[in-house]
Formats: sequence, structure tokens, C-alpha cells
Amino acid sequence: MDRSQAQFRRVAFRSGAAVTLSFDGLPIRATAGDSVLAALLENGALIRHLEFGGEPRAGFCLMGACQDCWVWSSEGGRIRACTTPVSQGMKLFAEPQGMADPHG
Amino acid sequence: MSARTTDVAIIGGGLIGAWTAFFLARRGQRVTLIEKGVVGAQSSGVNFGNLRLQGRFPGQYPLSLRSQALWEDFDALIGEGCEFEQTGHLYLAYDEEEHAKLEGYAKVSESYGLAIERVGPADLRRRWPWLGERAMAATFSARDATANPRLATPAVARAAARHGATILENTRVTAVDRGGEGFSLTLADGTRLSCGALVNCAGAWALEIAERFGETAPVFPAGPPQFVTEPFPYRIEPSVQAIDGSVIFRQIPRGNIILAGYPRTAADPQANRAPVPPAKTLAAMRALARVAPMLAQCHVIRVWSGIEAYLPDMIPVIGPSGTTPGLFHAFGFCGHGFQIGPGVGLCLSEMIVDGETPTPLEPFSIERFRTATAVSEKFKKEFD
Amino acid sequence: MAEIVIVGAGPAGISAAEILVANGLRPILIDEGARAGGQGYRRPADGLALDMNKLMGSEAGRYAALHARFAALRPQIDYRPQTLVWAIDGKRLHLLRDGRTETLDCDKLLIASGAMDRIAPLPGWTTPGVFTLGGAQVALKDQGCLIGSRVAFLGSSPLLALAAKQYRAMGAEIAVIADTTPFSAKLAAMPALLGAPRTLLRGLWYMATALRAGIPMLNGVTPVAVEGDGRVEALVLRDGSGRERRFACDAVALGYGLKPETQLADLAGAEFTYDPDFRLFLPKIDGFGRARPGLYLAGDGVRIGGADAAEASGALAAHAILSDLGRPQDIAAIRPLARRVARLRGFQRGLAQAFAWPKQQIAALPDSVTLCRCENVTIGEVRAAMAQSLGPVEVNRVKAMTRCGMGRCQGRVCGPALQEIVAAGTGQGGESAGRLRGQAPVKPIALAAAEEPA
Repeated sequence: MDRSQAQFRRVAFRSGAAVTLSFDGLPIRATAGDSVLAALLENGALIRHLEFGGEPRAGFCLMGACQDCWVWSSEGGRIRACTTPVSQGMKLFAEPQGMADPHG
Repeated sequence: MSARTTDVAIIGGGLIGAWTAFFLARRGQRVTLIEKGVVGAQSSGVNFGNLRLQGRFPGQYPLSLRSQALWEDFDALIGEGCEFEQTGHLYLAYDEEEHAKLEGYAKVSESYGLAIERVGPADLRRRWPWLGERAMAATFSARDATANPRLATPAVARAAARHGATILENTRVTAVDRGGEGFSLTLADGTRLSCGALVNCAGAWALEIAERFGETAPVFPAGPPQFVTEPFPYRIEPSVQAIDGSVIFRQIPRGNIILAGYPRTAADPQANRAPVPPAKTLAAMRALARVAPMLAQCHVIRVWSGIEAYLPDMIPVIGPSGTTPGLFHAFGFCGHGFQIGPGVGLCLSEMIVDGETPTPLEPFSIERFRTATAVSEKFKKEFD
Repeated sequence: MAEIVIVGAGPAGISAAEILVANGLRPILIDEGARAGGQGYRRPADGLALDMNKLMGSEAGRYAALHARFAALRPQIDYRPQTLVWAIDGKRLHLLRDGRTETLDCDKLLIASGAMDRIAPLPGWTTPGVFTLGGAQVALKDQGCLIGSRVAFLGSSPLLALAAKQYRAMGAEIAVIADTTPFSAKLAAMPALLGAPRTLLRGLWYMATALRAGIPMLNGVTPVAVEGDGRVEALVLRDGSGRERRFACDAVALGYGLKPETQLADLAGAEFTYDPDFRLFLPKIDGFGRARPGLYLAGDGVRIGGADAAEASGALAAHAILSDLGRPQDIAAIRPLARRVARLRGFQRGLAQAFAWPKQQIAALPDSVTLCRCENVTIGEVRAAMAQSLGPVEVNRVKAMTRCGMGRCQGRVCGPALQEIVAAGTGQGGESAGRLRGQAPVKPIALAAAEEPA
């Protein structure tokens, strides 16, 4: 991920366990306690495309109300990025997963 | 206090009323449609949106097929769309007993000329790979369809108005009487409306009018628990129904999955409330995940219900009054009125203008409630 | 013993729980968040090197006290964090915890669900990098992050300047603080603003000093657009004199004050009434927060009043619960609480003039602007639906026809603006536009959550 494209700018260091997750196959380093949204936006601006029209979105309210930051997980599930803490090995995607092959 | 005259007054601005007004107006009748709220806001607007042909009450097929042809021609007839999609309908059986029932339905459908495809377990998952493993057989009817109920009725009412019908929204009828050769209605603002023929299609509120003319039907209000999910990639084309009635769902091309489940819940037409008990939402969520396991992680975003009128034999009242010439009833559609709505409107218009309709409607006469009422198996299953 | 459930572990919920505990009861305190404190007094997870004292400024004492009080309270209550109430069926709450649903029956229910930003759309507001003003504060307080390096603050609220001050202290460049309400309206409201609670005084003070610090501080602006292809590049405004101005930035914080999160109150059967000052439908409550038998509402989740009002209204509701359980309450203790709640909430009402909801600006927005960000519905689509014959004139019907407000957030974000577009379309005023009715689930829940344990 290209940090120069970051939307969020970290101004307070977080100590804690290092966590690696991936977004669209690219590794993202974060710290336990970070929200998925903060980890993604520290590493690049876009987190999903709107289902209707495809315009880019990167969350809005950051407090679990607007429902605009759902990303896909490798199991075909969805995660609300702003209220979900990062965890080691998470594989997240901007685009739908696990639906192309319904048995996959 | 003003007084007006119309050829036909229609009480109830749901789908039936709107189509009836449309066909009557097209044949040059002066029509006044009276709706206590706004058109298409009750069960016509909040139902599941299924235009299902499989598995209907046998005596309804002539009406049903006539109606489907009207849906198929909706855009041309009405001049705007209602998200009509000829998706086909997939009926699923999970054991031998259900399979036999499915076969029974299929034979009836075929006897009325509907093409039914029988699908075995191997083909089931080849054609619809999102289906769970347990489904053992299915029938597929390609002519079945879906539409957006929220859009349909207002569109038909607008078309009726373009043909000259008068649509009165937010207007209550405070009195209905015999008058002259026909009827005399009093509206909430005091207006007197005289008409030659009167159509009672007031849904869950229709009984009052029937009783005013000395006849009755054991109609009661209820609604199914329904929900819609967030949008998912579009994979599920047909509307899908488990024959045990536990679940019926469809995916719209935008991606949302719409579900209706059972059992239905009593509703309150006075307070205009149709509650959705959360326990029923949960049961329906489980049922959906069983039929289409791929959806297990799909999120429900909203539940709703609507007030529908039911009768214990689970078929509607359609046709002339048994007591009062010039009065026609069409109510109690038992949760399956959406598909036959256009056909019912057409038949009523024929009965009013021509004195008869070529479509057989005898099974739906209100007269059947003069004697003991049959209680349908479906009825026992689909309510608490 | 009667089961008492409090939903929301912010200042209102915590204060209510304290009083119940002091009376020998053990309430269940349910909170959607992982840590108590609510949005305003949100506490970061351990390990974040953030000086909360510095960040909270004059609120630092209150912030520390609330968390200390909660720590003392916690062993004496049944505290259930990370638990969502997704539906209410009479006296039965339906919960979602760890991805599973469960039920909880209660005799008395106190909902203190808090507030979120009230949002007016503008062209480009769905561009990544535009966040709510509250969100900008959450990013900082919860995650130690700024929403951007050069941030524009737009809306109408004393909190715009306050958040900008916090952001500047943490190293952000402030592109502009732009308030849509003219300065004259703020001057006119000055008499009402005397006696302001601390938070607001601080915001007002900072507004006064922003200019001196070289930060452009504009009043009476008309937002033109957020510009940028896929990310924020600039905020364009017309200033009070009508001149168009472009402020380069990489993030925008947007907020027009707060609106109560009333969805749960709706599901619990509260009645709603239109408040013409706030131009919102709000739950009907008595002076203690009673909404109906067994249902109590407190804090910013029912009336915006700020943290102090939330604490006092939570305490009042707890006294009402005790009283309704047949335990006589000390009127002398209750009266000051009631006066405090009335004063602080009344003050917010006065502020609605100085920091006005921009209803005319919303009504004048171009057709192309997105109104519902969930379902991608434009203002033009709503206007077109209303303009047809037999077109809808009420928000729920507009929703039925256009899908505006029908998506994942259920109209939380677009609802207030939709109401203004509908009111402008009918010319009948905000009340006639109606309110979007709440439906379960309060937030999306996965089908898998319904699975019964094997």
C-alpha cells in the first residue's frame, strides 16, 4: 500500500502487538487496538465502491451509524470497518468475495 | 355541500381499485376512485411483489393467466415501468411428501397450459449453484415474474387518471346508501356522489361496506413478516419458494434480497399497524440461510409487514354482490392479490360494462359464506 | 425483582445506573461500544499515546471523573459492552452479541442512545475524505488519527471551531472554518448565549480567536462543492458577500449540530412530535423522561443538551424509575436536576438560531446532488417523484417511490435533509413532510446471527 495516498494521518503512537492484515491482497501493518477503518485509511484512501454506480467510498460517520464502510472478508462475510478492531491475518477486500463460486 | 354524479364509484385505491378504474376509464366510463389515504399504500404497496403462477388455487388459473398477460404488457398499457422482471419461479421440495405435493401442483398448472419444468437434484445445483444441499426436487415456471409493488399501483392510478378517471386521495367515505338506480355516497367533506355501480375493494376495510348491504365474509387482517437484505452481487434470478411455506425470496437486480416468511401476524387496521415480531424475523433468517447457505453472511437491513385481508378458505371474494344489484366486491386476497390484480380489474370492468366476463369467477362469490366456511390447509399452516 | 435495563453507557446511562445502584438495585447496562463513555467522553483503547487531558481541555476533569465513576460502578452492575439492541418487542429486547442473537426481558427500560451529526448534503459530499464532524473527533480520540493533513470544517455549529482547535493542536493545518449561519444571527442570539455551558463557551471563544490565529473563519457561507476525483482536493464556498472561494484541503469535517438517535425509542413505542426549533421529530417525554409506561428516555438520544444535561437527565430518569417502582423519591434532590436539564436543553434551543439548520440552502441544492448515500438517490430523483401526478408528499411515501432512506443506515444520514426537500416540494412546512418510521433491525444483522447454537 502507498502510504503517500493515505487519508488518515496518525498523530498518536499506539503501543501494542503488531498486527498484519491484508486488503485486496496487499499487506497492511497495524497495531492491536486500531480499527479496521483507521488501518485502511492510514494506508490508502479508498475502501469500497458503492454497489449502485460504483463511486468510491471511505466511510463517513466513523461511529457505526452511517453503515458506509462495510468491507468484504475472505469468507464472504462483511465487516463494518469503523467499529471492528483489526486482528492478525484478516483478509479484507473492497469487492465482493465468496460469491463468484457459491460453494467457495 | 356539492353533489356529483359518476358512472362507477370505486372504494379503495389499492391495486385492484386502480386497475378497475383504468379499464373502466378506458372504455369511456366516468369513474371516481376514492382512497382514504394515498393510492397503493396498504397491502398493494408493501407486499412481496410476486407474480407467481405455480401452485395457485386451481379455479384461479383462467384469471391468473389473463392477469399475467396484462403484467407482461404493463409498460405499454400504463406508460411507465414497475420493475417487472420475468424471473421465473422455483418451487422447492425437501422430502418425498413435498415432492409429491410439488408434482400435484405441476399437473394442475399444466392442465391450464402453463409450462412447468421438473428439475432433479443434480440439475438443481448445476443450474442454481447457490442452493443448499438438502433440496431434492423443484419445479420451475419460466413465465412467473416479479414487480415492484411500491411503484405499480400509483402508476396504474396515474394511467387511469390520464384516461379520465377521477382519483380522490385522502378522502373517506362516511356513508353509502342505495339511491335512485344506483348508490349515493357521502364523502368526509360532505360531498354527495351518486353512481350507477359501486366497487368495494377496500381491502382490510371492505367488510364494513359489505355488511352495509346485508352480506358478510369472515375477513380478518394480518400480514407476513418480510425483510430486505443489503445489496449482494446479483446471482439469484428466479423467485424461490420452499413448498413448506417457510420461506419465499427473490433477489432484485440491484442486489437486495427480499423475503417473506410465515406464519403471518394479526394486524390492526384501525391503528394501521402491522407488527413484525423479531422472533419471526429470526426464523425467516434461519430458513433463508438453509435454502441458500451462501447468504449466511448477508445482512438484513430492514423488516416490514403490511395489512392484508385474509379469509379462512384462503381465496378472495371477487364478483357481484348477492344482495344488491350494481355492487361488486373484490377483497380478501389472502396475500396473493398482487398477481391477479390486473385481471380482477379487467373482469370487474367487463361485469360492469358488459354485464358479464368470460373469466370464470364462481369460486370467488361472496355467496359461499352463506353456508359453513371451509378452512384451507394453507390457512392452518400460514398463521400462528 | 424488577429487571431494569439501561441502553447506552454514556453520561446519561452511567448517571442513571449510579442512582439505581445507590438504591440497592443492580441494573443491566447495555452498550454497543467496547468501552463506556459514549461518543463525547469516548476513551481510546489502552496503548494510545494520546494526551486526553490536553485534548479534552476544560472538559478533562469531567472526562476523568466520568471514567472513574464508571470504574467504581462497574462491579455493581451487569455491564454488557459490545451488545447491540437490534429490535424491541414489547418488554423483550433482542440483542446481538458476538455475532449471536439473544433476548432479554425487562420491566423498566431506559434508553440513552446518544446522538449523531446532523448532515446537510452538498455537491461532492460523498467523496472519500469527507467525514462527519463527530467522526473527525472519533478518529482523533479513538484512533489517534487526523482525518487528513489539511482539513476544512464546514457546517453550522460551535463544535466546528472546537474540533478545529483540537486538530490544530495535534498538528493539522486548518484550511477553513466555514459556518453557514451569518454572523448577524449569532450576534442576535448573544443574549441567549450568555450563560452558555462550558463546551459551547469554549467553541465561541475559539471562534473569536480563530481569525487572530490566521485561520480563515467564515460565517454566512453557501457551500458550493467538495472538489476532487476519488479524494478530497478542495472545498469551494461562496462567502457572505457572494464571492466564490476555493480552499485546498484533503479532508472535510461536516456537521450541523447533533440529532438524537431515536430509532430504539421508536421501536420501543415512543410517540413523536415535531419540534419546529430543531426541525426534527422528537420523542414525547414528560419532565422526567417518561415516554410511556416502563419506557424512559435520557441524554442526547432524546433532546440535545450536551454531556451535563445528559448526566442530569439520566439521573432524573433513574429517579422516575425508582418512583414508578414505588420507592418515594426526595423531591429536594430531584428539583435541581430538573432545572439543570431544562436550562441546558433550553440553551440548545437558543443555539438553533445562532447555528441554524440551513433549510433554505438545502431546498436550493441542485438536482444532481446525492441525497441518500446508501441507495445513491439524488435530490432530483426525489423532486421528480414528487412532481408526478399522484406523487408522494410525505417522506415515507417518497422513500417507497425513490428508495431514499431505504438503505443500510435507514435514513439516519439523509433523513433531516430529505424532510427539507419534501417540505420545500409541498410548500407545507417541515411537520407535514413527516418522519421516516423506524424498523428493526436498528443496524444490519447477518443471517448467520439467527442460527441457534448447535
